[in-house]
This record gives sequence, structure tokens and C-alpha cells, in this order.
Amino acid sequence: MYQLYFVLQARALTSQTAESDAIRFLVGTQSLKFDNQIHIIDFDDENNIISKSVLQHQAGEIWHISASPADKAVLTTCYNKTSESRVVTCGAVWRMPPEWESGSHESPDDPHNSHNPQNLELLCHLDNSSHGNASCVLWEPMGDGKHVISLADNHALLWDLTESSTQATISSSATLEGKGQLKFTAGKWSPHHNCTQLATANDTAIRGWDLRTMSQIYCIENAHGQLVRDLDFNPNKQYYLASCGDDCKVKFWDVRNINEPVKTLEEHSHWVWSVRFNHSHDQLVLTGSSDSRVILSNMVSISSEPFGHLVDDDDLSDGEDNHQDEKTKEPLQDSIISTYEEHEDSVYAVEWSSADPWLFASLSYDGRLVINRVPRALKYHILL
Amino acid sequence: MYGNFSRKRRVHGMLKLYYGLNEEGKTVDQAESMNPCDINGTHFDPEVYLNKLRRECSLGELMDQETCMVKQIRSLDSDMQTLVYENYNKFISATDTIRKMKNDFKKMEDEMDCLSTNMAAITEFSAHISGTLQDQHAQITKLSGVHTLLRKLQFLFELPARLNKCLELQAYSQAVSSHRRARCVLQQYSHMPSFRGIQDDCHAIMDKLAQELRQKFRDGGSSAKDLSECVELLLQLDEPAEELCDKFLIHAQSRLEANLRGLEAETDILEFIDRGCNEFVSSLCLVIASYQELFVNRPQEGELASKNIPHMAIGKLHAFVDAMATCYFLLVERRIQEEKSVGDNSLLVRALDRFHRRLQAVAKLLPGSAVPSQGTEIVVRAARERIKQYLAALQRFYLDSLRDVRQALAAPRLATGKDAPASLPELLSSLSASILNQIKSVLASVHLFTAKDITFSNKPYFKGEFCSQGVRESLVVNFIKFVCQSSRQFCESAGDRGGSTPPALLLLLSRLCLEYETSTITYILTLTDEQFLVQHRSPVTAVAALCGEAREAAQKLLNHYVKVQGLIISQMLRKSVETRDWVNTIEPRNVRAVMKRVVEDTTSIDVQVSLLYEEGTRKAHSSDSSKRTFSVYSGSRQQTRYAPSYTPSAAMDTNFLSNIHKLFSERIDIFSPVEFNKVSVLTGIIKISLKTFLECVRLRTFGRYGLQQIQVDCNYLQMYLWRFVSDENLVHFLLDEIVGSTAHRCLDPAPMEQSVIEVICERG
Repeated sequence: MYQLYFVLQARALTSQTAESDAIRFLVGTQSLKFDNQIHIIDFDDENNIISKSVLQHQAGEIWHISASPADKAVLTTCYNKTSESRVVTCGAVWRMPPEWESGSHESPDDPHNSHNPQNLELLCHLDNSSHGNASCVLWEPMGDGKHVISLADNHALLWDLTESSTQATISSSATLEGKGQLKFTAGKWSPHHNCTQLATANDTAIRGWDLRTMSQIYCIENAHGQLVRDLDFNPNKQYYLASCGDDCKVKFWDVRNINEPVKTLEEHSHWVWSVRFNHSHDQLVLTGSSDSRVILSNMVSISSEPFGHLVDDDDLSDGEDNHQDEKTKEPLQDSIISTYEEHEDSVYAVEWSSADPWLFASLSYDGRLVINRVPRALKYHILL
Repeated sequence: MYGNFSRKRRVHGMLKLYYGLNEEGKTVDQAESMNPCDINGTHFDPEVYLNKLRRECSLGELMDQETCMVKQIRSLDSDMQTLVYENYNKFISATDTIRKMKNDFKKMEDEMDCLSTNMAAITEFSAHISGTLQDQHAQITKLSGVHTLLRKLQFLFELPARLNKCLELQAYSQAVSSHRRARCVLQQYSHMPSFRGIQDDCHAIMDKLAQELRQKFRDGGSSAKDLSECVELLLQLDEPAEELCDKFLIHAQSRLEANLRGLEAETDILEFIDRGCNEFVSSLCLVIASYQELFVNRPQEGELASKNIPHMAIGKLHAFVDAMATCYFLLVERRIQEEKSVGDNSLLVRALDRFHRRLQAVAKLLPGSAVPSQGTEIVVRAARERIKQYLAALQRFYLDSLRDVRQALAAPRLATGKDAPASLPELLSSLSASILNQIKSVLASVHLFTAKDITFSNKPYFKGEFCSQGVRESLVVNFIKFVCQSSRQFCESAGDRGGSTPPALLLLLSRLCLEYETSTITYILTLTDEQFLVQHRSPVTAVAALCGEAREAAQKLLNHYVKVQGLIISQMLRKSVETRDWVNTIEPRNVRAVMKRVVEDTTSIDVQVSLLYEEGTRKAHSSDSSKRTFSVYSGSRQQTRYAPSYTPSAAMDTNFLSNIHKLFSERIDIFSPVEFNKVSVLTGIIKISLKTFLECVRLRTFGRYGLQQIQVDCNYLQMYLWRFVSDENLVHFLLDEIVGSTAHRCLDPAPMEQSVIEVICERG
């Protein structure tokens, strides 16, 4: 377990999707009083050293961050802009300055670093005042970095970016209609079906959209007892979707049968804010909650690798990185691998590394980033 | 040698005996006679005797001997003279007689000659007469032969008429015996047309008779004796026994089926069984008895013996009884299944008892039959079914009671608004009492199955399995499990679909389950074990396991109650935070209404919970907690929390301080299991509410007055909520966090003066 503190509070975390060699996470800070920053966290796996670089994000406090799958240097943020007693949430595409990597590779404790950070280069705004506040921006998974979707209030907007990403035009949009003030709270672009599907959450419902026609294809009403906070697609099983929400539950859905969840986890003791499938081994599911815990679960029964390898219990007892109590587990049984209690405040974001499938980061509101590894015994269990 | 000799002697002796000789005298004689010296013996030899005398005797003796002998000779001579003299006349007369006889014989010879001639004449005459009578005698013999033949023929010719008459008079047995006598003859002479005619006639008549017999056999009204006679006659008429059996059984079947049809109309179970017993089972027994009389137990005679009728007949009877019993059982089972009303079990038990009892008669009549055991099985099945029904009834009753409770909870609230919570303990006690009563009455009903006077109660099933597996496990344990399970279902369904269960019901059920855990389960199971003398041959659910389940259910319900109540308050808080424009709000003048509502609701929950749960323990605090902690909270600590954050360099310290603070405070599990007491419940609810408040605040941006409003609200909450929780520091901490987070989310963090806050809060 490796920890890192930020001075400012933070909610936004992403791994640098296009980077497949270095273990790198991006964190966006949230502060109304100071200039907000994007912290680039590098983890040297061999030497176990965390290093941090900082880029200024002066536009406002960051609520959501998302890295381009095609270009390492390109990312989007959703940020709050305060002007004349009005708070507006906007979306924008940014480019990291090319020198950041060489220039400011210093230890996080160096005070000099935070004083003279470089600025992000604005590529374009994803703004459309008629569509309201952007809650998140999603890149086309595994795409060429030309398409993004932004969720703004009750609209889902599909943007086309130019080659240099300097200009964005809305190519199509969908609007959620119904009684009251509807608002998308979360969304996920499905990596399956040629990236033609999108799942969104509003209040207690989860909806699927076909991006070709921008029409709704399914709707799971009352997916959760309370607000749905996050969604994620199983990267290997095209119809499987995980959701989490204020009812403290994590649910797994087969969208072909939306009447019942395939599986429900009730391990957290407060709202679950984030759920993530491991990119390679989809039985590993990570959840972060405002009970300040991160839970790593092994959902063997609904994974694409349902037949794990039989390993003797003796082999599992070894766990160098894992100082938590690890339950010796039976193969083929869904289980909690580990509960991480390093955080002191609500954990709003968890993310797997895009470079190392056995590594993940979690971010709590107090500005603490924790990087953890999947217990080695389990890793060998899955691999061998 | 000696043996041979003695045998000879014996034979000799016997001969002697036969001729009347004295053996002894003879032997003496013999012994004497053998001696040649014996003068009186037959073997006397004078020479030997003389020599002997000369040798042995002296002269004197000889002289004496001579005189003696002379004397004897003289006496003998005189004796002889006397004898001759005496018999002389007799000789004379005998000579005369013989002479006379000579004459007579001569005469007789003549007469005999005459007689022989006469006889010859008679013989001649007699031969003559015989010769003349010869013809007539032959004729007479012939005539008498013809006569008998004619008699027989007459019988034959009259046979059809006679048979007809018999038929008319219904003297079947006579007819059959007549026919039997004639049958062979007719058969023998059947090549002659006239006989053939008779035979045909007879056959026709006999067929008719057989027909009539069969008809009679078939007719319902005939008595057993008649039937037996019928069968007897039919058997004599060479009717195949198998067919007769079949017919008899078919005939019986139709009657039995009529009985069964009659049964179907019956509505009352007891009457149904009564009728079944009196009509069907009695008839069946009768049929079995008469059948056995007719076919099985009859004396075997003649050719019938060879056919082994009883064996075949018994087989048929078994098949028949089984088939009929199956029909009957089907009917009975269907009828029993219809018996769904669980009101009075005694009727059913009585009916089953009768049913079972009457089948024993069949068992006695037909020893090898499977019918009684099948009957027992039906009873067993019925008992099992009954237990299921009782379980279902109990479950229904339980759900109905719950519905009533639900209505009772809802109704007064609509009407008066205040009485609902007051009646909670009453509702609980009445619910619990009525369930217990119901269980007791069900146990009493089921107990009837094992009553001593019930015939089947001593079957092994009713002694063992029925009590342990049936009553204890299937009924009582399952019901308790059902109670726990249905309670758990309240938690699950309500969670997702917006809490359709009223919270008060959750609370009440939780208390009910807890009471079950502490006492009721033990009581019920002990009661059951005592009533049914349950012998635990097979493994049964332990009391502890059930108690554990009940406790788990109680815990789950209470947790859910906390969750639901917490959610209700949370929703109020969330809406109040989300819908307001916190940046452009006006300076706070009042505590927001929603906060008052929160406090009101919390108070009413407190009242509600206190009705059913004990107070619980809380950490000690001063009498003026609200005031004292209030100052601490908003004064010193709060200042250190966000005052320094005006300067950029201090931002680090803020976080650092808050982290330090958190290091020393225990982690708060928001939705954690609660204990079974009021304080713990309230703590849980308040924790959930305040945590929601915190998370909502963090998602918003505040203006200066927004922050101040939150300050006022939190202060207000502080004033009222501390008294409900086990550890007031918890409330401080959470409210602290809220105000702290608000300050972080504030564009222009200028906190309100503590004194002003207090004034506003006092004003309410």
C-alpha cells in the first residue's frame, strides 16, 4: 500500500488510458479558493516509488476527469465555473504540455514543485449553454480519440472532435424526458457492440442507449433503492453491467434480463460511489464508498473466467502486500478479497491502472490517494 | 429232542382230549402196560414173568403167588360165567331183530323200485312241461327288458317336458339332476335322430335353465344361499368356473360401483365415511365372504377338484378387491383432500378412524390383502396433508394478523393522528397472544390423531414420525421459520421498492421475533414435545438454531427499521440541500423548517421505539449537554477547522488537523447493526441522516449566507439531537464535519457569530 496526500480535496481520478507502460493516474482537485490542479501520479513498480507532477487547471474545481484512449496527453475535465454568484459546470478538452514529463519529475514533497506548475493547454470547450451543466465526459472506449459523450443535465451529447481536438461539434444528442427535473448522474460508454451503446444513470434508473439512433434500448427502473452513483461495463462480457448506489449495494446486471440483478453485493455500510471491473480479469471488482472503505471482490461466478485454478490453501497464505486479513477462499466462490481501510474520509473514486492489471488507486475526499496491489496469492491463483 | 417229544405229546394230548380220554390214567396205564411183568398189561409175557418170579422169590413166596393167582383165576372164571349168563337173552333178541329187519328190507326194496319208476315218470313230465314253457319264459324276460327300456325311454321322452316343468316351478336342482342322469345316454345315442331331437330339446331347455340361472345369478335381489345354489348348479352344468367367478365379481362390482356412486353425492365427511363403511365396505365384505363360500371354501368333488378352482378364484378375488378398493380409496382420498377447512379436526379424525377400523374387517376376511395397509397409508397421507394444511392455515393466520396490525397501525393515524404509537405494545401483545393461541389450538387439533381411542394411533407412523417429523418439524418448526422468513422478506422487498411496509410494523415484528427468541420458541417446542411425547429418533431442529434464526430476523428487522426511518429523514435533508440555491441565499433569520421537521420526526420515532424497546445505555453527559458542547463545537474546534483556510499556506494544516482528528476518533459505520435498545436505534437513525446531510453538502457550492444557514441548522440539530444518541460526541463529530465541509465548499466563508446563531436557534 502506498499513500499520497494532496493539499486540496479531490474527487476526480482516472488512469491514463492511453499509457500502457507506465503506471500513471490523473487526479483533479476540488477547491473553491485556490487554483485547481491536475496531479499526475507515477508509480514505479520496481522501486516502489511514487512520484507526482502537477499541472494547473485554472478554469475551476474539477468534478470529473477522463483521459483520452488514443493520445496520452489529451484529457477532458468537468469543472465548476463560478461567476457572478452563479455556479456552472462545464466540460473541456485539454492537452498536457509536452514538457511536463521531463520538467517536473520530482518528489511530491518538494514544495518548489507546487509553486511553479505548468498550465494545461485548452483544446476546446464542450459547452453548449442550452444543454446545461455537464456532469461527466466519456471517451469512446478504445477509439481514436475523436468521439466523446458529455452528459449534461438531462442531455447526452455526442461530440465529434477534429484531428487536433481543437474543435468539437455536436453530432447527435439524446434527451431524457419525463416528469420533474431529470438529471444524468453517471454514464458509461460500452466497449462492446462496436461502441454503439451507452448506459446512463438518473435517480434510481439505469438506461441503455443506442448511439446510432440516439434512442433508449432498455431501462432498469428502480435498479437501486436510492440514487445510482456509478456504472461500469464488464470488459469481457458484453451484456454485463455493474452499478452501485446510495442503497449501499453493488448490483450486477445482465441487460438482456433487466427484471432481476444477476448478483447483489451488500458489503459497504454507506453509499457506494464508484465501481470498476478489472480491465483484464473481470472477476476482480473494485468499489469505493463513503464509509471510507475500498473493497476488492472476486466475482468468480459471473466472470468471463468462471473456472478458476485450483490452488491449495497453503499457497494462498502468502501475501506480502496484503496486510489485511485475507480469507482463505474456495475456488469458484464469490468472495470479498480484501477491505482496504486506509482512507479516513469518503472514497469517491477508484480506478484500475491501465498498465498493470494488478494495481489500483483509490481517492478519498480528504485528498488521499492510495495505491494498492491485488494480493499476490490471488494474482498467482488467477494466473496459474 | 425233548422239545420235539413234548410237542408230539402235546399233539397227542390234544387228540386225547378230543376223544375224551383221561391222559393221566392213560399214562399210568401205559407205564404199567410197558412192563412185561405186569400181569394186567397188554405186553405181558408169561415166560418173563415166570422167570422173574422164580429168580426173585423164595419158595414160600412162590407158593403164596400161586395161591393168589389161582384165587384170581377162579374169581375171573366166575365173573365170566356170570356175564355170559346175564347176556344170553340179549343175544337171542338181537338175532330176532336182525331176522325181522331182513324182511323189512326186502319190502323196502320193492317200494324203492316203484318210487324210482314214478320218479322217472315225473322227470319225463317235468321235461315236457319245461319244453312247452320255454318260449313263454323267454318272451317274458324279453318283455320285462323292454319294459324297463321303455320306462327309461319314457323318462327320456318326458325329460324335456319335465325339465320345462321344473323350469316353471323353478326346481332347478331337480332339473339339473334329471338332466345329469340322462345326459350320458343321450350323448351315447345322439346318432339317432329321435334321441338327437331329445338331446337338442334338453340342451335348449338346459341352456334356458342355465340362462335363467345366470339371470338369477346376475339379478341383484337373490340371497346368498340362492346364489350359492345357483353357482353350484351352474358348476354342475359344466359352466366354466372362471367365467362364473368373473360374472360373480362383475355382478358384485356393479353393486359396489353403485355404492361408490352413491358416495360421491355425500357432502359431509363423516357421513361420507359412514356411508362408505356401511355400504361399500360392508358390501365388499359380504362379497368376499360369499365369494369365498362359493368358490374358495366349497368341498371339492369329482371332476371339479382337478380344476383347482380355489387357487384361481382367490387370485381373482384379490385382483377384484384391490381394484374396488383402489376406486374406493381414490374417492376417499379425493374427499379427504376436499376437507380443507381446518376448523374442526375431530370430524376428520373420527372419519379416518372409522375408515381405518372398518378396513380391518377386510383384513380379517382376506388375510393376504394389501387393502388395509393401503388404507393405513391413506390415513398417514391424510395426516400429513392435514399438517400441511394446518401449517398453511397458521401462515395464513399469521399474515392476516399482520394485515390487521397493519390496518390498525394505519387507521388511527388517519383518524386522530396520535393514537397509533400508543397502541403499539397492545398490538404486539395481542398479536403474540393470538398467534400463540392459534398454535395451541392447532396443536390440540393435531393431537386428536394420536388419541388413544383412535385405532390408527398405535401404528408406528403415528407413534414416531408423525410426532417428531410431522408435528414438531413440519408444523411447529416450519411455522416459526416462516415467521422469521416472512419477517426477513419485509426487509428485502421494502428496501428496493420504496418502503411499502410501515416502519412501525417493522419495529413491532422485530420485537416479536426477539420475544420469540427469548421465550416463545422454547415454550412452544416444550409444549409440543410434552403433548406429543416426541421421541427424537430422527434428527430434529434444535431450539437454539431456531432461536438463532429468530434473533437474526429480529436484528435484520431492526436494522431495516433504522434504515427505513433513516432514509425518510435523509430524503428530507437531501431534498432540502439539493433544491436550494445556496450561493444566492439570503442571510439566515430562522432555522429552516426542515430541521424542525427532522427533530420532530426523530422525537416521534423515539417515542415509538421506547414503546417496545428498553432505553439502553448511553455515555454519561452533563445535564446541559446541548449548551456546553455547543460552545465547544462551534467555538474552539470549529475555528481551528476552517478559520486558517483563508490563507493558502494553511490549507495543508486544515487537512492535516482534520486527519489528526480522525485518527483519534473511531471510524463510524453508518449502516451498522444496532442493538436491541432505543438509544442504539436512534443513534443509527441519526447517524444515517447526518451522514446524508454531509454527503449532500459536499456536492453543493455555498455562498456566505449558505454557510451561515448551515451553521444555524447544525446548531439547532445539536441542541436537540444529542439527547437521543448513545454518544453525543458522535453527533458533534458529524455536525462538525458538515459545517467543515460546507466551509470548504463555500465561496466566501465568513462564519456567523456564535451568539447570533444561538439567538436564532433559541427563537426556534
